[in-house]
Amino acid sequence: MIIYVDTEQCTGCQMCLPSCPFAAIEMRDDKAVILEEKCTICGACVDACPMQAIIRTKDKPVEKKALDISQYRGVWIFAEQRLGKIQSVTYELLGAGRNLADTRKQELCAVLLGHNIKEQAHDLLYFGADKIYVMDDPVLEQFQDDPYSECVAELVRHYKPEIVLCGATNIGRSFIPQVAVKLETGLTADCTAFAIDPEKGNLLQTRPAFGGNIFATIATYHHRPQIATVRHKVMKPAERRTSVSGEVIEAQIPEKAKKPRTKFIERIEEIEETVNLAEADIIVSGGRGLGDPKYFDMIRELAKVLGGAVGSSRAAVDAGWISYSHQVGQTGKTVCPKLYIAVGISGAVQHLVGMRSSDYIVAVNKDLQAPIFKVATYGIIGDFKDIVPALIKHFSG
Amino acid sequence: MNIIVCIKQVPETTEVRINPETGTLIREGVPSIINPFDMYAIEEGLRLRERFGGKLTVLTMGPPQAKEALRECISLGVDDAVLLSDLAFAGSDTLATSYSLSRAIRNLSDFDLIICGKQASDGDTAQVGPGIAECLNVPFVAFVKRIEKIENGTMRVHRMMEYGYDVIELQLPALLTVVKEINEPRLPSLKGKIRARKYEPISLKACDLNVKKERLGLNGSPTQVIKVFTPEIRREGEMITGDNPDEIALNLKSKLKEAGFAL
Repeated sequence: MIIYVDTEQCTGCQMCLPSCPFAAIEMRDDKAVILEEKCTICGACVDACPMQAIIRTKDKPVEKKALDISQYRGVWIFAEQRLGKIQSVTYELLGAGRNLADTRKQELCAVLLGHNIKEQAHDLLYFGADKIYVMDDPVLEQFQDDPYSECVAELVRHYKPEIVLCGATNIGRSFIPQVAVKLETGLTADCTAFAIDPEKGNLLQTRPAFGGNIFATIATYHHRPQIATVRHKVMKPAERRTSVSGEVIEAQIPEKAKKPRTKFIERIEEIEETVNLAEADIIVSGGRGLGDPKYFDMIRELAKVLGGAVGSSRAAVDAGWISYSHQVGQTGKTVCPKLYIAVGISGAVQHLVGMRSSDYIVAVNKDLQAPIFKVATYGIIGDFKDIVPALIKHFSG
Repeated sequence: MNIIVCIKQVPETTEVRINPETGTLIREGVPSIINPFDMYAIEEGLRLRERFGGKLTVLTMGPPQAKEALRECISLGVDDAVLLSDLAFAGSDTLATSYSLSRAIRNLSDFDLIICGKQASDGDTAQVGPGIAECLNVPFVAFVKRIEKIENGTMRVHRMMEYGYDVIELQLPALLTVVKEINEPRLPSLKGKIRARKYEPISLKACDLNVKKERLGLNGSPTQVIKVFTPEIRREGEMITGDNPDEIALNLKSKLKEAGFAL
């Protein structure tokens, strides 16, 4: 056992001084210093420190050296589950991860956190993963930042993968930045393309910035793992195979992860449809051009016959016609469905950045000058009150 | 309740262009604003201070001209504004930025709550908020759309999720990132504007902080931008026409069928 002060965390508050029964702590340069000759490693100061700057551990802290990146091998993906159901982004990550792993001639592993999820873990093997690391514990049933970031960081420290991919979902974008800070490595958000640098083998990560108006390619040269979150519905999902060869490895959840500083109270579902925007292949959106909230019924009807979700522009949300969770655009959700139908949406740039990467865009608008037509694959000029009912009629059945 | 809000000054528009010769962003002539998402963080800070008392401080890291953004915060009613500005921070990625801001926060007085916008409109990473929380070792909840209550050092918040929201409780001190739905930002008051005109933000440099030099700026940034480029201008739009709505609908249907949609 050893005990030491993390000088970065120590604020020099001196709370530890009276806590020590052996007067083994001194202040030097406004930092607490533990006098080895007097200290019995009783740990009283560990509890007294409000900054958690005093650490008692089994191993001596190692001096930081330049990281030997050759020790890091393997491509990992974070398998996201909600209510025990593997989320579709996971299969996209397995698809993208398999390509990278094959290029690097390394194994593809998935990390699955949850409760009573061993069956789901085994099923992931059918999607091309060589290994599945599972942590199964009640604290992991619902997403909370502390246990999730602690568990993934711990697994990475132990197994040292070279690449870690995670969905750029609300969950991924919440906790992965904390994992990257814990590991002091690089993280690239919301990537839409990957490649391997043929010379050095680094991961080249391409992502949109400025609301999609420019793209940047980013690399993490001297740190490992190279971590990225991946935009949903961009990568081709892995296909289910008929046989499996990999293995499921049950890992021990770290003690610290069992004591989250947050408490999950409940989950409230408030999306009107069963299909959510991020998952939907088809989205029908309405905007201010509808003129009246009652016409959202028409939008819902068209979405229903197409098996799609309902979106909206900011103007319609601000007018109180539909809830914010349906908003597409810069201050709402970024979506990239196969088909996006914009009805009565003029196409302010803030809206366009949220949907312009959809495969096909259909715009219905009265105004030929509306900027939405600049991104539309197919444009229809006319009154939506005539057009949409005709679409409903001819698209159903 | 002592609250710190971290903000970023960003270009007013996302319509940026790249200089084809240098491969860098053209920023000349583009006015700067407070990151739109940060306006909700500032507003929430103001509302909490009005309810619970205490002090509201805004903090930004950036070039000297970021003082303008800080003065705007003062005009909205913020008590104090701090500018973290030093060449040592140049080239910081989200890790180095999170680290630097967390050290600056350590340098300020004790805090009960830190609020950030969910992401900045230029980089769109959403990484610095959770990064600061981790560097400071405080609990964190992202995408907060409502603070339901604060009682006895515990806060209950609604975290926006794809399906709706989660209700989460956490202990203060803590860090939240907030989404637009949380409030409607106010406009500056006349009194605030007058105070802002003469206000000089508190200035912090790298040497004022307790930092490891190798974790600042380019040295402390694991990620490097290799290139930036403009995406191809996409699709020549095709207009679908017809003599009546039915014909238009059928014409669109056949186009979409050609594209592989099962309709």
